[in-house]
Amino acid sequence: MSIDMSQFHQVFFEECFEGLEAMESGLLSLDIGDIDSEVINTIFRAAHSIKGGSGTFGFTVVAEYTHIMETLLDEMRDGRRQVTKPAVDVLLGSVDCLREMLTSIQNEQDVNAASVATHQAALEMELKGTTGESAHAAPVSTHGSAPTTPVAVEAEPEEEDTADEEQGWKIAFCPYLNLLKTGNDPVRLFRELNELGQLTTNVNIQDIPTFAELDPEECNISWELKLVGDITEKAIREIFSWVEDDCALELSPLAKPKKVKKPKPAPTPTPAVEIASAPAHPAEAAPKKAAAPVESDPSKNAPKASSSIRVDTDKIDTLINMVGEVVITQSMLGLIGENFTMDKVGQLKRGLAQLERHTRDLQQSVMNIRMLPISFVFSRFPRLVHDISTQLHKKITLKLVGENTEVDKAVVELINDPLVHLIRNSLDHGIEMPADRVAAGKPEMGTIELKAYHRGGHIVIEIVDDGRGMDKSKLLAKAIEKGLIDESAIMTDKQILELIFMPGFSTAEKLTDISGRGVGMDVVRRNIQSLGGNIDIISELGKGSTIAIHLPLTLAILDGQSVAVGDETYIVPLVSIIESINITEKMLNKVAGKGETFKLRSEYLPIIRMREIFNVKSGEATKSNEGVIVVVEGQGALCGFLVDELLGQQQVVIKSLEANYRRVEGVSGATILGDGSVALILDVPGLVRLSVR
Amino acid sequence: MSQENKTPAALDAAAQNNTEATITIQYLSFVLGKEEYGVDILRVQEIRSWEPVSRVPNVPPYEKGVVNLRGAIVPIIDLRERFSLSKVEYTPLTVVVVLQTGSGNHTRIMGVVVDSVSDVISVDKLEIQGAPDFGTKVSNEFINGLVSVNERMVMLLDVDKLLTLESIDLNES
Repeated sequence: MSIDMSQFHQVFFEECFEGLEAMESGLLSLDIGDIDSEVINTIFRAAHSIKGGSGTFGFTVVAEYTHIMETLLDEMRDGRRQVTKPAVDVLLGSVDCLREMLTSIQNEQDVNAASVATHQAALEMELKGTTGESAHAAPVSTHGSAPTTPVAVEAEPEEEDTADEEQGWKIAFCPYLNLLKTGNDPVRLFRELNELGQLTTNVNIQDIPTFAELDPEECNISWELKLVGDITEKAIREIFSWVEDDCALELSPLAKPKKVKKPKPAPTPTPAVEIASAPAHPAEAAPKKAAAPVESDPSKNAPKASSSIRVDTDKIDTLINMVGEVVITQSMLGLIGENFTMDKVGQLKRGLAQLERHTRDLQQSVMNIRMLPISFVFSRFPRLVHDISTQLHKKITLKLVGENTEVDKAVVELINDPLVHLIRNSLDHGIEMPADRVAAGKPEMGTIELKAYHRGGHIVIEIVDDGRGMDKSKLLAKAIEKGLIDESAIMTDKQILELIFMPGFSTAEKLTDISGRGVGMDVVRRNIQSLGGNIDIISELGKGSTIAIHLPLTLAILDGQSVAVGDETYIVPLVSIIESINITEKMLNKVAGKGETFKLRSEYLPIIRMREIFNVKSGEATKSNEGVIVVVEGQGALCGFLVDELLGQQQVVIKSLEANYRRVEGVSGATILGDGSVALILDVPGLVRLSVR
Repeated sequence: MSQENKTPAALDAAAQNNTEATITIQYLSFVLGKEEYGVDILRVQEIRSWEPVSRVPNVPPYEKGVVNLRGAIVPIIDLRERFSLSKVEYTPLTVVVVLQTGSGNHTRIMGVVVDSVSDVISVDKLEIQGAPDFGTKVSNEFINGLVSVNERMVMLLDVDKLLTLESIDLNES
């Protein structure tokens, strides 16, 4: 094929991941005992299209694997198989496995064969478990195109057909009339068969009608094929798997084969056989794929994936409208400018005002494109809650509210990990065991509510649980015990609750598998602060806790304070500024002759002289008693930046410095000022760290 | 012939034309002091006049700063300083050549300051000589080869090496 399929890969992977998500949510919503056949159908369809797609793109491993899932689902769909909890769990596991496989393929890494093999074995066990008879009957069965057959062959130990003389198969292939209409070309099938072994075809044209009745889109011929070679039935069926619903297919061995069990199969053309044999020889399979990391590390996989975004056509239409308006205004202004006379000033001003309005609208619409519903993040949590609550033997329902709240794409990507941590915490520490809940007079079923809503230019995400809440006296005791606070400290309730965000503080009495993985609440808070947000906590003992995260709507724009250092202009993010003060000589103190502090009311704060730390030589050097101190908060510590002058506050569009350049310490990005020049945006926590060193 | 040092674009060209006897590659040549250098013309995005940059703190002195190139933040590198040549004052004739590097989704653009742009030269690939080893005194790591045009020697620069070097600096520091 001369078509470069790789150009469609991105779309294929996106569709697969969407399909997997659909399967996952479908599986989770399955109510054992009262099965909604529509849900099963949805899951089946998703599996089917993944299989189809991966077959087309030549990802045989995925296609093979999905085929087994599909078979299982097919039996469930037809009611031949009970939907049981273990079966659903196995399917959920295989959804994960598929996702892993697809990610590896997408990143052009080797598929982790060992893990695939384990999942595949589990699937096959499940498949074999209930439909035992068909599985045993299958290897010799030659009839029909029941999808169970090829799978059952695979589930058996490796069996090779060896014949005395000629090995091979006789294939009777009678396509139905509509075969061609479904886009299948028999010639292609034959070509593939020919790759397996020596193929002889025999065409049967007796059914062809007279020319007058002939419909060129109908397939009126059938074939008798002879395929010579050491080929498994499965390999042949695999080729016909695309047309199995559109033809009558009969396979029979050429010579009566003797069934011989071979402990080590000879290399066969399909890679699937290698996979299927893997459970029997896990030790063999592993070194073969030694190059691939055994544990796939999702964080390592993430950056490679080129990101794309799906946008509502509505949004694009609005955008096109806006651009149209801008173009019209521009041509109007052009006309005015061509023959400009002073009496046109009014017109010009009106035009400029219009242009400004359109530009602003345009900016807003473009920003809107980056907005995604938060359901992209939320949709992963039902699964998490399902898995963990099963593991902990707790009964918990998750309620999602406001899934359609839109947030910036970057926020969506970065908020996931902190949220996972917080929800794990709620599951593990928040919600009590069912018995304890009943004893406390609460419903047995615990509830975690995940809410998202907009409030005043921010998005608020709340995690509300009705669990045991936090014991303030316990928190206080713990903090004193760990030496984090002084015994005599007088703290408000809020301050006590915020103790959990301190590094080195863990409320868990014992570390469990679920929490206590070394990612503390301090990391959660730091992550959220790095997104320009903050996190609040409200908790009532015995009634539950609420954790609220406030995040800016977008990361592409920030409110900044521009400051002058020498001739240079820098932007300080407004969120980190506490206040700005003119310094007087009296406020400054040298510490050990080197560091400097200044007294702000009752506190001594360290000073960072921007001129020194950024090595600014231009402009007049400020004397020690001139300039402005901008008091900022970074990483929970206060600090003063000494700058020459405050310039003004403005919204700035954040541009990446790394796109064409590189990371620079103390700088988080750059922006373009009104005059077209570039100003750097200060990375406040980074600078605080830099000054400490 | 130092074929393995060719830029990807040049290799592509080579692949397309490998049946022909002569392969011509076009280079944009520019001057630094008395030396003449050439870069693969397919890597040149545009040529601009020097304009003041915004300094970036705490980077090597040859990284002059960043400018706004139609909304993208683009770093500017002084090639004289990069090659440890004597510094000169920037004049209105000082030129910034905007080069691009990388492939696929990861292209980066960067401006290099040169004294002036002189010519577009067509070079027969067979005429390119490998860069001589100057020992440790002069680094020839960016030099792809030498070519003689009208009795002048032109050093052909490897754009990718030239533009990725600062990330190595970053790792070292």
